[in-house]
Amino acid sequence: MLELQNVSYTVEDEGRPVEILKDVSFKVDDRKFVVITGPNGGGKSTIARLISGVAVPTGGRIIFDGQDITKLSITERAKLGVGYALQQPVRFKGIDVKDLLRIAAGHKLTTDEACSYLSRVGLCARDYINREVNASLSGGELKRIEIATLLARKPKLSVFDEPEAGIDLWSFQNLIRVFEIMRSEIEDGSILIISHQERILDIADEIIVVADGHIERQGPKDDILPHLVGTTSAISGCTRLVERS
Amino acid sequence: MDDIQKRILSEVADLHDVPEGAYNIRVDGGSAGRRSTENIEIIPKPEGSGLDIRIKPGTRRESVHIPVILSKTGMKEVVYNDFYIGEDSDVVIVAGCGIHNGGSQDSQHDGIHRFFVGRGAKMRYVEKHYGEGDGTGKRILNPVTELHLEADSTAELEMVQIRGVDSTERVTTAELAEGARLVVQERLMTHGTQSAVSVYKVDMNGENSTSDVVSRSVARDDSYQKFDALINGNAPCRGHSECDAIIMDRARVLAVPQLDANNIDAALIHEAAIGKIAGDQLIKLMTLGLTEAEAEEQIINGFLK
Ligand SMILES: Nc1ncnc2c1ncn2[C@@H]1O[C@H](COP(=O)(O)OP(=O)(O)OP(=O)(O)O)[C@@H](O)[C@H]1O
Ligand SMILES: [Mg+2]
Repeated sequence: MLELQNVSYTVEDEGRPVEILKDVSFKVDDRKFVVITGPNGGGKSTIARLISGVAVPTGGRIIFDGQDITKLSITERAKLGVGYALQQPVRFKGIDVKDLLRIAAGHKLTTDEACSYLSRVGLCARDYINREVNASLSGGELKRIEIATLLARKPKLSVFDEPEAGIDLWSFQNLIRVFEIMRSEIEDGSILIISHQERILDIADEIIVVADGHIERQGPKDDILPHLVGTTSAISGCTRLVERS
Repeated sequence: MDDIQKRILSEVADLHDVPEGAYNIRVDGGSAGRRSTENIEIIPKPEGSGLDIRIKPGTRRESVHIPVILSKTGMKEVVYNDFYIGEDSDVVIVAGCGIHNGGSQDSQHDGIHRFFVGRGAKMRYVEKHYGEGDGTGKRILNPVTELHLEADSTAELEMVQIRGVDSTERVTTAELAEGARLVVQERLMTHGTQSAVSVYKVDMNGENSTSDVVSRSVARDDSYQKFDALINGNAPCRGHSECDAIIMDRARVLAVPQLDANNIDAALIHEAAIGKIAGDQLIKLMTLGLTEAEAEEQIINGFLK
């Protein structure tokens, strides 16, 4: 179980303190599927960065499975079972997809195993397994590989930052299935997803709305979703498609 | 050969025993074994100053190994090897030099290699440099590679220096006739106070010649690297050079790319990028459970693969 207790995050910008997050508290219970949503710039990715250790809170505590992890390094948190798929995945020269999946899994992978993770995110494994994770991959491909690394890693808590971004709508149902399998496969595993997608909000157990650096609302999906439909926090796939075309 | 010499041989040429095909193994200034084949003749020059290697026209899928090992401190040698690669042949040449210096004097090997690649021939040249030994004497390698590519011939060079060489000054020159193709891949890592200078001068004289010179390097500690590449386009041709370096600690990397086009249809490109390991790459691998040092290692290994 993950718990944020009164977490705040302030940075210095040109000598002046800028408060990015203030007094954020919430829990992600085991076997739960929690979605964080809210307007751009609200502080969602910052929450993910604080949970994974990429940034350190300036106030409050983060508890994971009863242990205070507020001051632990990224590596230590990863070893405890925190997984994090970035909003903007990283590219590497010379590291291929199989290397990355092997590093994620923490042990040697057979080609079959590596391929199974790729197929689950809708990539034809044969074509990708030896590709370098470099600039030659498209944004959507990279995003899927990022998700596959978490499948290979099987962390106790998986944090996904806008996993749907750049992924075509036709694969959407598969993506949702991936999350559901993930939650069921890992005993006591839980999932925290940052998303604007109505269909992802719709399968959540709980929804947290973050705006302007604080939690505006949180609660069971059925309580929160009705307030969101029609706002920018919950955009249905069709609306986006229409807007794009 | 003793154990040290055998280990160096496996480092520079992946050899554990005598190789197949033609070979000459040079150990501390003498020959520790040589074999010519029907198509590949290895003829020593007088007084151990080098070799003439003659490959018959049409020789296909054959290889020549000419590793060099220096295991005595204070050895200094200049060796001249000339390669005559017959028309339409397709061969692999594995060179490479390893120095074990356990003493206080400098050890140095300067290999001057000249290649005459015949019309339509294809040559792959692999050269690894390696140094070891905990003496205070320096390990120095100054290779000169001179390539003459006749019409429609191809030379692919793979040059690797990852460990243990204190000082290198590598000079590679090439002249390309029509339709000739040159591909160079250099992989370099320097550490400590090492210095590595790579100079390339490529003359594309023939129509439709192409060249692609790519260097990937990592400079650690207080080491110094210089990449100096001049590509001359003297005919309708395509040339590309690239220097991609990761800089660490207090190292210094200097890239001096030059393109000289003197034909309207010469298309020349240079790319150069020097920078430290990207922070987001380290972070990503750390979120997968690696420590910072392990993440660095993975990134560098991949980069130099
Ligand atoms: N280190 C920093 N220095 C200055 N400003 C920062 C820093 N980190 C984040 N911010 C600012 O904090 C705000 C929240 O950023 P964050 O990336 O968490 O938003 P988000 O909710 O994920 O937005 P989006 O939906 O666009 O991904 C933004 O205004 C951002 O510019
Ligand atoms: Mg974000």
